[in-house]
Amino acid sequence: MRRWLTLVDGPQTLGHGVAFWLAFCAIVLGAAVLPAFVDAFLITNLTYFMVWVFMALGLSLIWGYAGILSFGQTAFFGLAGYTYGVIGLNLGDAGLWTWFALLISLVLPAMLALVVGYFMFYGGVRDVFVGIVTLSITLVFETFMAQTAGPEWTIGTARLNGFNGMSNMPPLTFPWGDSPLVFDGPPFFWLVLALVVLVYVGLRILVNSRFGNVLVGIRENPDRAEMLGYNVRLYQLAVFVIGSVLAGMSGVLYTLWGSYITPSSMGLTAAALPIIWVAAGGRKDITATLLATVFLTWLSQQLAVKGNQYALIWMGAILLVVVMFAPEGLFVTVWQKLRDRRRMRRVATAPETVSFPSG
Amino acid sequence: MATILQTRGLKKFFGGLRAINGVDLAIEEGELRCLIGPNGAGKSTLFKLILGSYPPSAGVILFKGDDITTLQPHLRVQRGMSIKFQVPGIFLALPVEQNLRIALQRAHRGPALDQALERLLELIELGQQRGELAANLSHGQQQWLEIAMAVALQPAILLLDEPTAGMSPEETFKTGELVKKLNASGMTIVVIEHDMAFVRQIAKRVTVLHFGQVFDDGSLDKIVRNEDVVRIYLGKV
Repeated sequence: MRRWLTLVDGPQTLGHGVAFWLAFCAIVLGAAVLPAFVDAFLITNLTYFMVWVFMALGLSLIWGYAGILSFGQTAFFGLAGYTYGVIGLNLGDAGLWTWFALLISLVLPAMLALVVGYFMFYGGVRDVFVGIVTLSITLVFETFMAQTAGPEWTIGTARLNGFNGMSNMPPLTFPWGDSPLVFDGPPFFWLVLALVVLVYVGLRILVNSRFGNVLVGIRENPDRAEMLGYNVRLYQLAVFVIGSVLAGMSGVLYTLWGSYITPSSMGLTAAALPIIWVAAGGRKDITATLLATVFLTWLSQQLAVKGNQYALIWMGAILLVVVMFAPEGLFVTVWQKLRDRRRMRRVATAPETVSFPSG
Repeated sequence: MATILQTRGLKKFFGGLRAINGVDLAIEEGELRCLIGPNGAGKSTLFKLILGSYPPSAGVILFKGDDITTLQPHLRVQRGMSIKFQVPGIFLALPVEQNLRIALQRAHRGPALDQALERLLELIELGQQRGELAANLSHGQQQWLEIAMAVALQPAILLLDEPTAGMSPEETFKTGELVKKLNASGMTIVVIEHDMAFVRQIAKRVTVLHFGQVFDDGSLDKIVRNEDVVRIYLGKV
């Protein structure tokens, strides 16, 4: 237990110590009681911002920690969303079927990632080519789903519906006597919040574990990692699968959130967004990624709501600015600057150990 | 003494280039062997074949009596091989301590890992710089760090590819003493080196490679008296 607790604290994550975790608990508790004080619209919005966090954390793990730039997170997002749609529409919300649909929606992205990852990593695909392969997959998915408008594209009772997308999937439902527990509104908000906390803490433990040590080693120098006896390709495959399942989790939750999924969620624009969130925050840190994702999805929405049609251009501009002025990511850079300043101050106020001759 | 590493008829062709052209090499257990030869003689390629970075065009590699010719690189390392690359192959963006931990954690856990870490830091005299990013170390220190990472695996055989490249004479001397100390502890070591002063300091036996073949082999005294070796290699130094 104690070992696990120390793993949460570093060395591969920013933020540690009592103050950090007190702040973390305060934010989580504050968020948890929020539905009692604010209107449903805000809760729905907050849920929406958190829904994307899993896909971004998955990308941070794959790209930031293991050094593999995947441009195809949205392929797994879409696959999971459509899987939930098809199963949910067919089986309905009776019994535990919605949870079964949720489970299968995470298993399928894992299997796809396993197959794609196996061929990529064991086939010697490296660097930018991983990005090209994964981007191609998501674009192929989008193109394929876009041409499923005809009635022949029906699985059971679920019509895929082409560019119009699928809708009316049932929310997660738990049988509870006469009034089943429906995860909609605040309950869905709490579920997503709990998942964010669980995944965030779980990932902190993962990236600071021996597994995480090897990941950053592979990122820094795959040849050296291999010459330390680590099966580099197996590690890359494992991290690719984990990251893809997290993208799938975002996909299911997004589908549940709006009861809606379309091919455009796998398109080029959608595929670029996670890259921007992760790069802007700081890909090598999951906390920075989480904060940046919530902030930038909020910003995007604000820009769109205020009638600004150029939200995406703003996202691109943010990416450019970050790449030019804070290549390690905005949050990570600010964090490090603050830490350095605190250290400098500590050094400055430390008792003098060297005496200079006066005069 | 038993032969720990052996190559038979080992060849590697890159297109028309015969980088390694039939090398028969036998390293005895506990030996400290130097590989010398002009640039392009195939020394580093030979190391890469031994560790499996390249598949050979022909020939076999035996390690502890087993044929490992087609074994994956990380499995060769797990069987007891370790290498220091020609270009420092360390984790530049990570602190010194983290570099060593990643090297140690495959074989060590808990307090044993911490103890092994302290021993290695002492061995390469980087205790003061343990929290420093590896990128901020001097070139010589980076070489030492990589040697320590290679040693951390407690290998049966250690391959060092130009361990003193870019080092000052003092650093080179210290590296030589370090290599001798490791060898005295029972580690079999093969060193590729250009610096003949360094070779003189450490070597008992020297193998000369030229055009991908073993040109001469024997004690250092015998090698330096061979006029052909002087002509192709030593004469230029």
